[in-house]
Amino acid sequence: MVIAVASGKGGTGKTTIAVNLALTLERDMPVQLLDCDVEEPNAHLFLHPLLDVSEKVALPVPVIDQSKCNGCGRCSEICAFNAIIAIGTHVMVFPELCHGCGGCSRFCPVSAISEEPREIGVVESGRAGQIEFVQGRVNVGNPLAPPVVRAVKSKIDARQVKVVIIDAPPGTSCPVVASLKDSDFCVLVTEPTPFGLNDLVLAIDVVKELDIPFGVVINRSGLGNKDLLTYCRREKVPVLLEIPFDRRYAACYARGGRLVEEFPELKEAFWGLWRRIRALATTGQTEFRGPS
Amino acid sequence: MRLAVTAQGVDLDSAIDPRFGRCEYFVIIDLHTEEFEAIANQSLTASGGAGIQSAQFLADRKVDAVITGNVGPNAARALRGAGIEVYTMTSGTVREAVKAYKEGKLSAVSGPTVGSHFGMGPRR
Repeated sequence: MVIAVASGKGGTGKTTIAVNLALTLERDMPVQLLDCDVEEPNAHLFLHPLLDVSEKVALPVPVIDQSKCNGCGRCSEICAFNAIIAIGTHVMVFPELCHGCGGCSRFCPVSAISEEPREIGVVESGRAGQIEFVQGRVNVGNPLAPPVVRAVKSKIDARQVKVVIIDAPPGTSCPVVASLKDSDFCVLVTEPTPFGLNDLVLAIDVVKELDIPFGVVINRSGLGNKDLLTYCRREKVPVLLEIPFDRRYAACYARGGRLVEEFPELKEAFWGLWRRIRALATTGQTEFRGPS
Repeated sequence: MRLAVTAQGVDLDSAIDPRFGRCEYFVIIDLHTEEFEAIANQSLTASGGAGIQSAQFLADRKVDAVITGNVGPNAARALRGAGIEVYTMTSGTVREAVKAYKEGKLSAVSGPTVGSHFGMGPRR
């Protein structure tokens, strides 16, 4: 089962939920944790994995053989990202805009375009205790995160591993969609503040569009106001877990600690979270009807 | 000799648009016949590479030089590759820009005058 942990708003506790869920399950079943927040991976700060494998992620970008070019301009016409232009037979490539689709080389009528790899990031993998750990990292200055996210997800080992937990990036843009795609369940982490609610609604739109069953974890419960709970009740959005706003939890997080190892009540709460996810994901129902 | 001016409107009295790739209109003037045409910029809403696409557009229209407020790094490279000269002028009208060009008051720039995504601020 692939469980994605996402949020609209940043800083709500995605990594906290992903890491502590993995730590809760690791002794009882094979678990893989994928940090897909490739612009700023941080799950490693809590799990301290031994990353012994590192693989480069590259995109194929066009290289022009000017001697073959007939100046037809087809390459420039089909590029959706303006990464290649043809001024007569003078073709210019802008590699940092290229998404590596391969269209220009495929449609060039005189085969004047070949491709060379451009490195955009890295995938690192290893172990943290019983947890199989994978993370991606885009190179600084490279704006293209989704190919690195997909490279991280290519490490999903559905046959050996029972539970795959994906720590997604915040927001609702392309890297988030790439992270959530094909997941069996999505946990949306939010907080009971106006910002938390506003961005949760946006994130729910994305998850519904992707047709993934989902539920909400309310972090820092007790802060802010009641609008979030009212919304969840009205829209029949299942609330999987509420973590109270507690200075001790914040302090634990701040020093890179593990909530489920320091607070027995949270270990119990994360087991409850797992049971609810399993129930909702396997029945495919969008509303949690069991005891809460 | 064909001169393009990035403009906020469709005639010679329109103000110069200081953005290149995301200008509202290109006013293209034939300096021999004094005829001009204004064309809405299709790259205005491009998600990326607007300056590059605009350079391609001007090259396709056989433009020799462009007067604009600023060009970013990709636009500068594309315009140089297309052999289009770049002159900068940040305020005034299209008519004033043409006049200044003819009088030799503008100087050509060879590189970018601003960083990437300069023209992507909120719309006025």
